[in-house]
Amino acid sequence: MQQLIDDIAADLGRKFKQDFADDFAIEDALMIGIHTGGVWLAERLHEALGIKQPLGKLDISFYRDDFSRIGMNPQVKPSQLPTSVDDAHIILVDDVLHTGRTIRAALNEIFDYGRPATVTLAVLAERSGRELPIQADVVGKHFQLGTHEHIKLTGPDPLQLEVVEAP
Amino acid sequence: MKRANLQLDEHGRLRHLLTIEGLKRQQIIAILDAAESFISVGDQQVRKVPLLRGKTVVNLFFEASTRTLTTFELAAKRLSADVLKININTSATVKGESLLDMLRNLEAMQCDMFIVRHGDSGAAHLIAQHVAPHISVLNAGDGRHAHPTQALLDMFTIRRHKGEFAPLTVAIVGDVMHSRVARSQIHALTTLGISDLRVVAPKTLIPTQVENLGVHIYHDMKEGLRNADVVIMLRLQKERMQGALLPSEQEYFQDYGLTEEKLQVAKDDAIVMHPGPINRGVEIDSEVADGPRSVILEQVSNGIAVRMAVMSMVLGRAPIETGGEGEA
Repeated sequence: MQQLIDDIAADLGRKFKQDFADDFAIEDALMIGIHTGGVWLAERLHEALGIKQPLGKLDISFYRDDFSRIGMNPQVKPSQLPTSVDDAHIILVDDVLHTGRTIRAALNEIFDYGRPATVTLAVLAERSGRELPIQADVVGKHFQLGTHEHIKLTGPDPLQLEVVEAP
Repeated sequence: MKRANLQLDEHGRLRHLLTIEGLKRQQIIAILDAAESFISVGDQQVRKVPLLRGKTVVNLFFEASTRTLTTFELAAKRLSADVLKININTSATVKGESLLDMLRNLEAMQCDMFIVRHGDSGAAHLIAQHVAPHISVLNAGDGRHAHPTQALLDMFTIRRHKGEFAPLTVAIVGDVMHSRVARSQIHALTTLGISDLRVVAPKTLIPTQVENLGVHIYHDMKEGLRNADVVIMLRLQKERMQGALLPSEQEYFQDYGLTEEKLQVAKDDAIVMHPGPINRGVEIDSEVADGPRSVILEQVSNGIAVRMAVMSMVLGRAPIETGGEGEA
């Protein structure tokens, strides 16, 4: 797991170098984790990259597209964005990129807080099954899974990825 | 018991909110927890979330209100619902249309929620008994009976300042007799298990048998405020008083008006609350109402988040047969 996190951090560093050269340092980016697994991962990346601004946390429950089907999430947590997102270079972090719907919801929520300069998406794992045109910029690990298989992240300590059969 | 059960659906989930009575501790806590998440919506540049997009909420206010009506309306709008306000004075009820006929018409316009304030106790229950199955009814105050969202926003405000409820001493001071707010607060505070709940008022303003609800009665204000963590002042409801329940407003202020001097006996970190509108110089001195321990305006802001929580919970009951969890 540590290796995966180090790889993601290194890839993010390379991408920011490539995109911004000396105009912008990754330490000045605003990192935002998506509850719950994305926050666990973001906490480690935040530390590994030495990002100066405090970590933002997003609960996308209010922006989901399936409210009328699954109802109100009773475990919803407050979203906390410690600094303004206006003109910020955001690194959005989630655990698993699957259908892309969570990221769609997160982007909508972020834009209700302001207008960021850029958003870069980093995920621990990416799997098949995308339903929206959303891709990650940095991926820890790729999985080809059947529709009945799921990736589960347990944590925060130790942080572990496992593939489970859906019931 | 039928009345209390009316507000739950067949799976025990909140469908209407008519009264605090009959709600379980966990249900109250769940509403407070959800409200905590809605607070951050107020920090957004766009103070809106899309939860209730396409839903229509109707404010049916048969009695004057500013704070409650406005915060319900704001809450609905921040959830992206469409909001109708029926002006009762100029509506067809004046022309002789019955209440239930009016409801049928609003249902035919595909409304999803009625928020009801009425001068008669039980009005919201009556409406809840007659609405179509997909409609939720929220009680925004009925007669002397209940004002559940006010009590919930008060609990939310107390929890934000004091944390746990169990060790608290809370004093509710003033016109308990005519106060639906006090009734709902008493039910909420006892359900949440606070250790010492006091009612402080002259004999004429205390309803009979209120001690059966688990409160301690005080007629002397300083005794009642001693070591209190929370002081809740009630508005003197002159418009609901018939006959001579009180000597005069000056004398009432002498004995039961909250001043800095009387507040001295409460705990140093005590907070002062009031559901509004306040009668300055009658039940509360301006110095206290505007002072550092007053959380009266915070109650108003918290009211938006708490009402957002209740609205999204009653309209956000998932169809039970859907077993599938949402995907990442």
